[in-house]
Amino acid sequence: MSKVIEGLYYTESHEYVKVEGNFGYVGITDYAQNQLGNVVYVDMPDVEDVVTAGEEFGAVESVKAASDLISPVSGTVVAINENLEDNPDLINEDAFANWIMKVQLSDLSELDNLLGAQAYNEICK
Amino acid sequence: MAMNYKYFPHTEDDIKKMLQTVGIEKLEDLYDEVPESIKFKRDYDLPNSKSEIEIRREFEILGKKNIPLICFAGAGVYDHYTPAVINYITQRSEFLTSYTPYQAEISQGTLQYIFEFQSLMASLTGMDISNASMYDGCTATAEAMRMAMASVKKANRVLISATLNPAVIRVAETYALFHEINLVTIPENNGVTDIDFLTKELEKGGVAGVIMGQPNYYGIIEDLTGIADLCHAHKALFILNSPAATLASLRSPGEWGADIAVGDAQSLGLPMNYGGPYLGYFCTKEALVRKMPGRIVGGTTDTNGQRTFVLTMQAREQHIRRQKATSNICTNQGIMTLFATIYMSLMGPKGLKEVNEQSYGGAHYLHDQLLKTNLFTDAFGIKPFFNEFCVRTKADIENIQQRLLKNGILGGIRLCRNQMDDCLLLAVTEKRTKEEIDLFVSLIQEGEGK
Repeated sequence: MSKVIEGLYYTESHEYVKVEGNFGYVGITDYAQNQLGNVVYVDMPDVEDVVTAGEEFGAVESVKAASDLISPVSGTVVAINENLEDNPDLINEDAFANWIMKVQLSDLSELDNLLGAQAYNEICK
Repeated sequence: MAMNYKYFPHTEDDIKKMLQTVGIEKLEDLYDEVPESIKFKRDYDLPNSKSEIEIRREFEILGKKNIPLICFAGAGVYDHYTPAVINYITQRSEFLTSYTPYQAEISQGTLQYIFEFQSLMASLTGMDISNASMYDGCTATAEAMRMAMASVKKANRVLISATLNPAVIRVAETYALFHEINLVTIPENNGVTDIDFLTKELEKGGVAGVIMGQPNYYGIIEDLTGIADLCHAHKALFILNSPAATLASLRSPGEWGADIAVGDAQSLGLPMNYGGPYLGYFCTKEALVRKMPGRIVGGTTDTNGQRTFVLTMQAREQHIRRQKATSNICTNQGIMTLFATIYMSLMGPKGLKEVNEQSYGGAHYLHDQLLKTNLFTDAFGIKPFFNEFCVRTKADIENIQQRLLKNGILGGIRLCRNQMDDCLLLAVTEKRTKEEIDLFVSLIQEGEGK
């Protein structure tokens, strides 16, 4: 059973965003890391990059696959998780604690288009 | 009576059994999915089969049409000596028939020699890492162009020097066309790359990569001082194309600050083979490895703690990344990679340097002797060159080349670029003796009545 956290917003492509004020921490879900297997590399955006909801912002590479990351939100990247550069497997350890990018959100209404924990749990079944 | 064909592994009985198992009447039924309107229904226009004697005779007649020549031509392919032991090893059926090493357990031999090749090429180019090889130097360069576009954000074009081998430029242009890459030519300035033009282009911004050749098409060793820094200051990658053998003596691409080193490794003991197969190499810095195309072999340990080799970082490749991969290549030049690996192991750094010294010496001797005849001048003035050079003549080049040909000599390559059809590109390798060079010169002098 994959872990799903209440209060977070989810996409059908298994990304999440944890909102704190005008900022969002974006990563992949526990379900996603389980499907991928051992993560060996995370291709992250650069700080100051502009991301758009529904568009690719990076990729996660495991031993068997390379998956594009689709951003749940639009905005500007203010931080990336540098721990993932040397230890990409942190995502396997705890996908929710080890976010990939922190975004200054440009449009909070976009969150209405995302799934809540219950709805996301349904698609994982 | 069932027909059994000499060169097919299946007998008619084998085929009948297979048809029965699959549940069809005849082989043609396998093509039921193909619309009738496009099915081939005529008879094949094939001649009757020949016996072994007849086949041998036919090829002997064809073979006699070849005229072995003493080679003074280069332009990317060089007549270096292939040590006899190489063929003995590469012709072993284990190497000759082995296929793609996807199953590591049964491919350790193949994986190991590819690993050695990678290590040797990384060392030769002064770069961090090499892939398992590319088809040839031309496609390797085109792939470097694509890698630059994939690696540098917000870039819209790649610059390529006009002093590169025209075959390399043409292949890069083909790739650029179909991948919608804007490939801009840096013009040449008296036989070398126009650095002013390059600088101005870089200053405009948006350049992903700069591709140059060393030595260039004319055999000239260009001064690359500051080029890498210039590229990096404008966030562009510096890509250097070199014939592999020259790197044993010239300053390496790594030392010049290149981000990607590519080229052809035919000069590492591969025969000229009437046009191929040749061998592309592709080396880069560790930071860029995830954008590098091609196969990579890595070293690791198995469950018993033994050193072992595997294909690694396959998640970059197109069978996983599909259209997002840097390239569609999913192969390497297996047997030619083995050729080059054996050659480098056999010759070692000293042997490679010796080959270069003899080639360099021979080329400079020929060059000086030709200038002494007063029939030739340097095409671009006095410029440093390696084992290949370009000379201009007032004499009739057609006559010169015909005269040499009649005496069993391939007299270089006549340039056919604007205003250069009075120029000859000549290359010398360690296989050319002083006698051959003296003969070359005296034949020309005789022809011109000197």
